[in-house]
Amino acid sequence: MSQHTPLPDSRGYYGAFGGKFVIETLVPALEQLEAEYKKAKKDAHFRKELRHLSETFVGRETPLYYAHRLSRHLGGAKIYLKREDLNHTGAHKINNTIGQGLLTVRMKKKRVIAETGAGQHGVATATAAALLGLRCDIYMGVEDIERQKLNVYRMKMMGATVIPVTSGSKTLKDALNEAMRDWIATVGDTHYIIGTVAGPHPFPMIVRDFQAVIGQETRRQIQKAEKRLPDVLIACVGGGSNSMGLFHPFYEDKKVKMVGVEPGGTGSKLGQHGASISRGSIGVLHGFKSYLLQDKNGQIAETHSISAGLDYPGVGPEHSFYADSGRAEYVTISDQEAIEGFGLLSRLEGIMPALESAHALAQVTKMAPKMKKHEIIVVCLSGRGDKDVERMAALTVDK
Amino acid sequence: MNRIEKIFADLKTARRKALIVFISAGDPDLRTTEQLVPALFDAGADVVEIGIPFSDPMADGPVIQASYVRALKKGTALPGILAMTKRIRPLCKGGLVYMSAFNLIFHYGVKVFARHAAEAGVDGVIIPDIIPEEGDEVTAEMGKHGIAPIMLSAPTSGPERIRKIAAHTRGFLYYISVTGVTGKQRPSVENVRKQVLMIKRQTKLPVAVGFGISSAADAGAMSKVADGVIVGSAAVKVLSEKGTREEKVKRVCAFVRTLRRAMDA
Repeated sequence: MSQHTPLPDSRGYYGAFGGKFVIETLVPALEQLEAEYKKAKKDAHFRKELRHLSETFVGRETPLYYAHRLSRHLGGAKIYLKREDLNHTGAHKINNTIGQGLLTVRMKKKRVIAETGAGQHGVATATAAALLGLRCDIYMGVEDIERQKLNVYRMKMMGATVIPVTSGSKTLKDALNEAMRDWIATVGDTHYIIGTVAGPHPFPMIVRDFQAVIGQETRRQIQKAEKRLPDVLIACVGGGSNSMGLFHPFYEDKKVKMVGVEPGGTGSKLGQHGASISRGSIGVLHGFKSYLLQDKNGQIAETHSISAGLDYPGVGPEHSFYADSGRAEYVTISDQEAIEGFGLLSRLEGIMPALESAHALAQVTKMAPKMKKHEIIVVCLSGRGDKDVERMAALTVDK
Repeated sequence: MNRIEKIFADLKTARRKALIVFISAGDPDLRTTEQLVPALFDAGADVVEIGIPFSDPMADGPVIQASYVRALKKGTALPGILAMTKRIRPLCKGGLVYMSAFNLIFHYGVKVFARHAAEAGVDGVIIPDIIPEEGDEVTAEMGKHGIAPIMLSAPTSGPERIRKIAAHTRGFLYYISVTGVTGKQRPSVENVRKQVLMIKRQTKLPVAVGFGISSAADAGAMSKVADGVIVGSAAVKVLSEKGTREEKVKRVCAFVRTLRRAMDA
């Protein structure tokens, strides 16, 4: 857990972004969560338990791997991969679900719910629930259920119930709506494990702090390997939890450049992508103020990305703050570029990245060749690509 | 005095309770809304809540969600709703309140919205995702134009929060009778009675009860323990039944008359 900036302020704001835009029913639960989290953070026993589970159950710390062949192939900067794909369940999501799972137990709640897009957060929540003996319901859009069948089976096998969401665009944002509606009705005995650095305060802060372990380890590991900090950090941004986890501990290191990669989808028109910061405007959705994809009347737009985990019309408020203050730069990578990134890493390094992470890798292929040989890029390999193999096979091998 | 405040004051003198009916603007089209709203007052409504359709309503159950989908398909948006409101205002005998997700008002501009809503004759605004902590701008801007900002209190709100909510509210306090979304569970009259008594110890504002009140019997029972009763999903459901525009208007008004009779009994 971390404290690398004084943000958010007491009202849950990161500059102009964040806050708490919820129905009154949820306010006491948000206050309870914030109070419990503050207590837990100071509690040596909680920290010890979290560290113990991170090491013995999740498999931390994850390696920081020097990608020799990829670096040589691109002919520029040295490229390091932060291997979050090697976590138990195959992505960074579990860093947060174990943390929030432990908070659930502390709050004496018996049930957890979650939304999921790619299914990685759903699987990570189902896993934490099984580990901690909590009941678990996962909301997932029917569109995503179709795209990520394997993860649906995994959740069910671990005892979770997967509730198909048929409203709206039938993807991540609608799953979030339904999970929030469930929580409004069950707030007394249920904790909502939001999977990204979004939602009403204190969620963006709590998720960031649990994910900051990514950046904290990276900092130590790169100091050991290279005796210095990296020049550039690159990570994909949907809601933005793996990227914020990597970026946040480097916030004060002004020489470290940060690049967030948004899903460019198939084009730049509304509905063809999920690039909230690069192509959106400020609005309020799911309890917080941030950059959003919306039409001229303020209706939330449908989004598109080849990767279900990035298919979301909003972005965590701290990213919007980083964007506006210039601390981080946000770029887009198209579906096609992500597919190429997936193939490149698989062939050159024997690592199949999740399609989400493949967006970050595609950005590496653009930047690394223009950098000097002694310069260093760290890219967050946020998840493994097993869940995408079927889709990729249809797109590439079988073609 | 704002029109909503006057309505509640007059009802109190007459020892009657306020009937507040919610319908979604543009469901199934704005012309229906235009015919329906004035007729609802003739059928016995004191206040009509006009729902501004939103793509991602957080606190609404399936009935209102579906009505917003229908309205959005017809391209219903705030400028058209404001223009319609201005046309029907002279025909409406009671209060007109907008219920809107904050994003729609934020996107329109809070200041501009307050001015345009006042010009159209809107008397109050309910924004379910605005709590007192985020409510200063809304309360101030609506106040400048004589529009009542109406905030919600929930079964989970304690006395201290209710005082905070009341400080940002004019007209009436909206008490959410169930821990849940609109139109799904039935509230218990006994629980509501206790909560309303507790709320009344914190504020002099009238208290209206909503979420899950679906029948004349429920409306009658709730009217005994609160100053007003809000019926939403049930009216929207009647409106969604197949028929011509005239049949739809007639059916909803007939339903509203049964609510009125039960509350006056």
